[in-house]
Amino acid sequence: MQKVFARPATLRETGFHFCPGCHHGIAHRLLCETLDHFDLQEKAIGVPGVGCGVFLYDYVAIDTCEAPHGRATAVATGIKRVLPEHFVFTYQGDGDLAAIGIAEVIHTANRGENVTVLFINNSVYGMTGGQMAPTTLLGQRTTTSPSGRDHHNDGYPLRMTEMLAPLEGVAFAARVCLHTPAHVKKARRALQRAFEAQLDKRGFSFVEFLSACPTNWGLAPQQCIKHIDEKVLPAFPPGIYKDTGAGAGQDTGTEGE
Amino acid sequence: MMRGSIALAEGAITAGCRYYFGYPITPQNEISEHLSALLPEVGGVFMQAESEIASINMLLGAAAVGARAMTSSSGPGISLMQEGLSYMAGSELPALIVNITRLGPGLGGIAACQGDYWQATRGGGHGDYRIIVLAPNSVQEMYSLTIKAFHLADKFRNPAMILADAILGQMKEPVTLSPPEVEIPAKPWALTGAKGRNPQLIKSLFLADGEMEKHIRHMHEKYRRLEETEVLVETDLEEQMDLLLVSFGSCSRMVASAVALARSRGFRVGLVRPITLFPFPADTVRQVSRLAGKVLTVEMNTGQMWDDVRLSVYPGCQCRLLARPGGSIPTPYQILEEIEKFIKAGDSLAKSVR
Ligand SMILES: Cc1ncc(C[n+]2csc(CCOP(=O)(O)OP(=O)(O)O)c2C)c(N)n1
Ligand code: SF4
Repeated sequence: MQKVFARPATLRETGFHFCPGCHHGIAHRLLCETLDHFDLQEKAIGVPGVGCGVFLYDYVAIDTCEAPHGRATAVATGIKRVLPEHFVFTYQGDGDLAAIGIAEVIHTANRGENVTVLFINNSVYGMTGGQMAPTTLLGQRTTTSPSGRDHHNDGYPLRMTEMLAPLEGVAFAARVCLHTPAHVKKARRALQRAFEAQLDKRGFSFVEFLSACPTNWGLAPQQCIKHIDEKVLPAFPPGIYKDTGAGAGQDTGTEGE
Repeated sequence: MMRGSIALAEGAITAGCRYYFGYPITPQNEISEHLSALLPEVGGVFMQAESEIASINMLLGAAAVGARAMTSSSGPGISLMQEGLSYMAGSELPALIVNITRLGPGLGGIAACQGDYWQATRGGGHGDYRIIVLAPNSVQEMYSLTIKAFHLADKFRNPAMILADAILGQMKEPVTLSPPEVEIPAKPWALTGAKGRNPQLIKSLFLADGEMEKHIRHMHEKYRRLEETEVLVETDLEEQMDLLLVSFGSCSRMVASAVALARSRGFRVGLVRPITLFPFPADTVRQVSRLAGKVLTVEMNTGQMWDDVRLSVYPGCQCRLLARPGGSIPTPYQILEEIEKFIKAGDSLAKSVR
């Protein structure tokens, strides 16, 4: 009998520490599948940011380097400049990347640094207990926006993919989601395109994963799916925002949702 | 003849450093400007980062994969690097950080001063750690101690700092260059891709019970070995001494002139110049202070190394401080005056900030 669903070789045989219904686990699995797909186990170096994804090294069996909160893209830059033939990626939350680390990611993208960024947007600070993030939706209640995010006080949700895509150094930028099997399939393909951009040395590649944080949203996993469809997707439209690769737009199919 | 900052850059190239990450700030721009021309010629990479925060973290990345790499900055920039330095110490990553100091606090000024002694020698960032600190006092040492700093950093898997000032960066003196180093030591811990071995990890996060204490004790064992084996100190002593002077960096040049003046007037004085500020030459200060009885520390700050001197002197020694903060430089005659007064006086632990 042919085995059609197996544990990726780069995914360690251990249970995730993530809360039930958290999408970090799905993103990790996609990452490992894609590392396997391009046979990168021996030449990948990962840089997890500080957030619920910091324990990446407990799950992904490759060389990894911790970075201070927000600085993963700078660390990745240092690594890639020394080892240009290695595959270098970061894995960062929205507090890590869009707040404290926004300068580093913009400049890394603008330099066309040949690295890949996996950006987990769950619209809150997960690890520190559900505080407001730059990506928190207007009206969304968090522990530091108890009556809902109000743009007069807190500004507006930051759309990183739209912000980075126009930069000339960016080869690939996409926003995907993980809350239905069909979306996961598109996310997998987008991540492959991002990896291809680095493997072809075309420059910076960026994939934003809209993710659920059931614990800090105060919603059951099933309710999170509804919340993503109704509230998150209108504010953060998924799609391929830039793809400089051959055959762009043909098989990725997340456009125009 | 070579300028101090150029000598330092040349020292880095001699030591086999091939990666530089930095952000412009006076008075150290000559280092980065020089390296921006030199590094591409030797197949290296020069990168101007978007901030000192980015610089130190690029350096962290380069160090994590085993490269000999450096950054240079001054006051405010070094402050911004402290979080990254703490991570590098915690992750045991070797690299060179150069601080051509300026005045502070705040934007301060660009004149020469030694106000960053505490920041450099106490760790600077958060947590229980130390970095190796070398303090040149000549253009030759700007060159040779830079090479030494890379060696010590690699040997102890710890960040190392050159602490100098605008006087040392700007002045011109003759330099003897050494042959270039091509081999850098093997770094089996470095991240190079999990090929033919298990995946490796560079981290400073230790959450399990007791893990962090074990890690810090391991780091402090290294610091103890540094204190035992790597202290560098210059002494100029007499058989019989009535007073010992302690001074480091550019300031020690003024003190050396004062020592010559004092001896020409019949005073019996000696000089101890710490070259490694961490590890501090505590044993030398203890032994020599016992002979002299009186110890005068001369610094271009309000008295920072004085703390280490007082912790090190032989019990019962009298200690005085001549301190000129804010970019003022103690002149040899001013130091001589203090030497005379102290030798003739009898009080202890007097502090004079001029
Ligand atoms: C300099 C610094 N500031 C603050 C923190 C505390 N901190 C840890 S994780 C985190 C935010 C995590 O949120 P996010 O990046 O969105 O990731 P998530 O946990 O949601 O996956 C913060 C603020 C830190 N570690 N370092
Ligand atoms: S706190 Fe949120 S982001 Fe973190 S593991 Fe739990 S569900 Fe996931």
